[in-house]
Amino acid sequence: MTADFLILSLLTLVGAVAAVSLRNLVHCALALAAALAGLAGLYLHLQAQFVGFAQLLVYVGAVAILIVFAILLTRGSDSEPDGPPATRGWVPGAGLAAAAAGLVVAAILSSRALAPSLQSSPEAPVRAIGEQLMTRYVLALELIGILLTAALIGAVIIAMTLPSRRSAEHKPQSRTSIPDL
Amino acid sequence: MAEKLDQIFVQAKHELVRWLLCHVPGAWAEVLSALLSIATLLVAFAALFALTTLLERKGLGRIQNRYGPNRVGPFGLLQPVADGIKALTKEDVVPRAADQVVHFIAPLVLVVPVFLALAVLPVGRNMVVVDLDAGLLFFFAVGAATELSVFMAGWSSRNKYSLLGAMRAIAQMISYEVPLILSAVTVVMMAGSLSTVRIVEVQAGFSGWLPHWHVLTPWGLAGFLLFLIAAAAEANRCPFDLPEGESEIIAGYYIEYSGFKFALFFLGEYIGLFAVSGLAITLFLGGWTAPLPFVQWVPSYVWFFLKLLSLIAFFIWVRGTLPRLRMDQLMSFAWKFMLPLSLINLLAAGLWRFLPEGLTRWAFCSLLLAAAYIGLGRSLVQRRNLGRRTYRFAE
Amino acid sequence: MLGEGIIKGLAETGRNFLGSYFEPDRLVTVQYPEERLPAPETARTFPFLVYDGDDWQKGLRCVACQICEKECPPQCIYIVKDITKKPDYIGKLQFQPKVFDIDLSVCMSCQICVEVCPFDAIKMDVEFELSTTDRFGRLLLHKAELAKPNEYYHKIHPAEAAEVDARLAAEKAKALAKTQADAAGKSVSPKPALKPLAPASG
Repeated sequence: MTADFLILSLLTLVGAVAAVSLRNLVHCALALAAALAGLAGLYLHLQAQFVGFAQLLVYVGAVAILIVFAILLTRGSDSEPDGPPATRGWVPGAGLAAAAAGLVVAAILSSRALAPSLQSSPEAPVRAIGEQLMTRYVLALELIGILLTAALIGAVIIAMTLPSRRSAEHKPQSRTSIPDL
Repeated sequence: MAEKLDQIFVQAKHELVRWLLCHVPGAWAEVLSALLSIATLLVAFAALFALTTLLERKGLGRIQNRYGPNRVGPFGLLQPVADGIKALTKEDVVPRAADQVVHFIAPLVLVVPVFLALAVLPVGRNMVVVDLDAGLLFFFAVGAATELSVFMAGWSSRNKYSLLGAMRAIAQMISYEVPLILSAVTVVMMAGSLSTVRIVEVQAGFSGWLPHWHVLTPWGLAGFLLFLIAAAAEANRCPFDLPEGESEIIAGYYIEYSGFKFALFFLGEYIGLFAVSGLAITLFLGGWTAPLPFVQWVPSYVWFFLKLLSLIAFFIWVRGTLPRLRMDQLMSFAWKFMLPLSLINLLAAGLWRFLPEGLTRWAFCSLLLAAAYIGLGRSLVQRRNLGRRTYRFAE
Repeated sequence: MLGEGIIKGLAETGRNFLGSYFEPDRLVTVQYPEERLPAPETARTFPFLVYDGDDWQKGLRCVACQICEKECPPQCIYIVKDITKKPDYIGKLQFQPKVFDIDLSVCMSCQICVEVCPFDAIKMDVEFELSTTDRFGRLLLHKAELAKPNEYYHKIHPAEAAEVDARLAAEKAKALAKTQADAAGKSVSPKPALKPLAPASG
């Protein structure tokens, strides 16, 4: 356990705890972004450059912004709930969360996939990932690429107002409806 | 001689590290080397920032038939010093209703990532702070944090203008990040690497008089222009300066910042511009390579900074020329013009790669891109998305 | 085609940029402390008091009627009447101000005091380099600092001053004619000992 690991895990944990316990929703979102950034740091610490940078790009750059946008567009950023943060149901909730976390940890510890990597941490250079994506997983990559491109173009088409609908929108605003000043 | 001059900074760093290692344990060698590189980079780009603020004011002045600053020092050369002293001695005003912690952190969250992004730019032969395998990905990943900083600044100030500016800035940055990255991907396709150093190496060399720069190919030219436009939008430069439009929302997200925090925002913005211009140079303009075979004796870093300065000058020129876009124009330009064109450019780059060398692929790719440009441009103009807007009540 | 206008605009600004180095006529700005544009005839900054002749105390046209003080919208004028009187340009005895203060930091240069003054005693100055670090010492002007000779008025607003002088001379001639007619009619009471002041020069 080195100092950099300690700092990064502390950042991740504090961010995660703050994200669920702070009262102001925007603060929660920012704390979540900090936790995600800490996670990206942990990936980098494990020599996984590609995953680390992708985590930073996708989660801090896009998901955090998406969350922030959702908060601002749905409810006022100032609205803080009145009562105490924990409701009566927190004991079963905590029990459930602990059970779920225990299950995941147990599953990971007992899995065979982890066993060899504990002894020799395999390096995953970007080049190796690229080669794998281009050879073994090329079909999956292409499919995801097509899906995302289709989503991108779909978003543009949704945003585009159709000419017919647009002219209908503009029709009622004739000059006669406006009183002359 | 030319070789020595080219590597003078690299040599100096090695000598300095060797000298320092006489006084500190050997395990520090890497840390010392990195620290020296970072310090040099910080000083160089901070100096460039000071120079650019002056150049911008002078250039804009001349464009508007004025003199520009000419009072402090000879020809106004000491103006940045005066500006710096002013920023440092000003009172730091924080609104009472502001979210103190977030308000304080926001400028730091902007300045740290933009300086980090400089780490992967090769400013000369063997002159890069870290040569990452995923250098390009690193650049875009740290750039993503700036959006969060803009939001933090805008939201924490508790000011309508600043929140409006922040929302505009985020919408704009997200929209233009897509064509920015897509146009950079073409270069990755050609170079076959995400490493910035490797990308520059690919562009070294000449065929006849012409360098092997990416900008001298059809897809490279289109990619360069797309990248430049998207970069201007990412850096909130005119004509995409809606987030801080002085005439409508005063200064946007940093309206409530004063003194040194404002200076930090200013610095962050300019360093971001340098970083993204530097990336454009690395990707398309051949990085630190010389433009002509017989001027290769000029040190590589000189070429890099010359290219950087000319790009900055171009940005200033554009700022002095174009008016600010409207929000709907901005968005339709990003999604209906830039995005399709960058997708078509990806296609053109793929074709370029697989077609046999010769005039045919030149003609084919150029025709494809020209047709796409004209078609998209015509539809954009005809749809009046960039034309006159009809108002319901204001006529 | 899209982008045509951008090229045109860039060419225009580029021409401006280069032209500003080679054609000095393009530069429209004036390097202020060294170069100055002449002030236009109608320029105005803050009021001052006009006096005739050489002695500012004797020649002050102001008769302390306090109309300007009452009319001044931001109330920057402060007047105290003196008990003793002095003759005006016709020779008639009039009151004079004991205190006449104008606070320039309050004045808004509206020129209403000039409009309402029946004696043409208060006029607008063109002096604008008044910046100071001493707000009360240098911007609250007293009678002595406010009083400026009629020649100065002629220098800054020649046409307006000539018109004022012509009117005053005409009034004086009328008053003189009237007193002479009165004197000829009655020929009893002697003229006041004081000689009427000379009409404004210029």
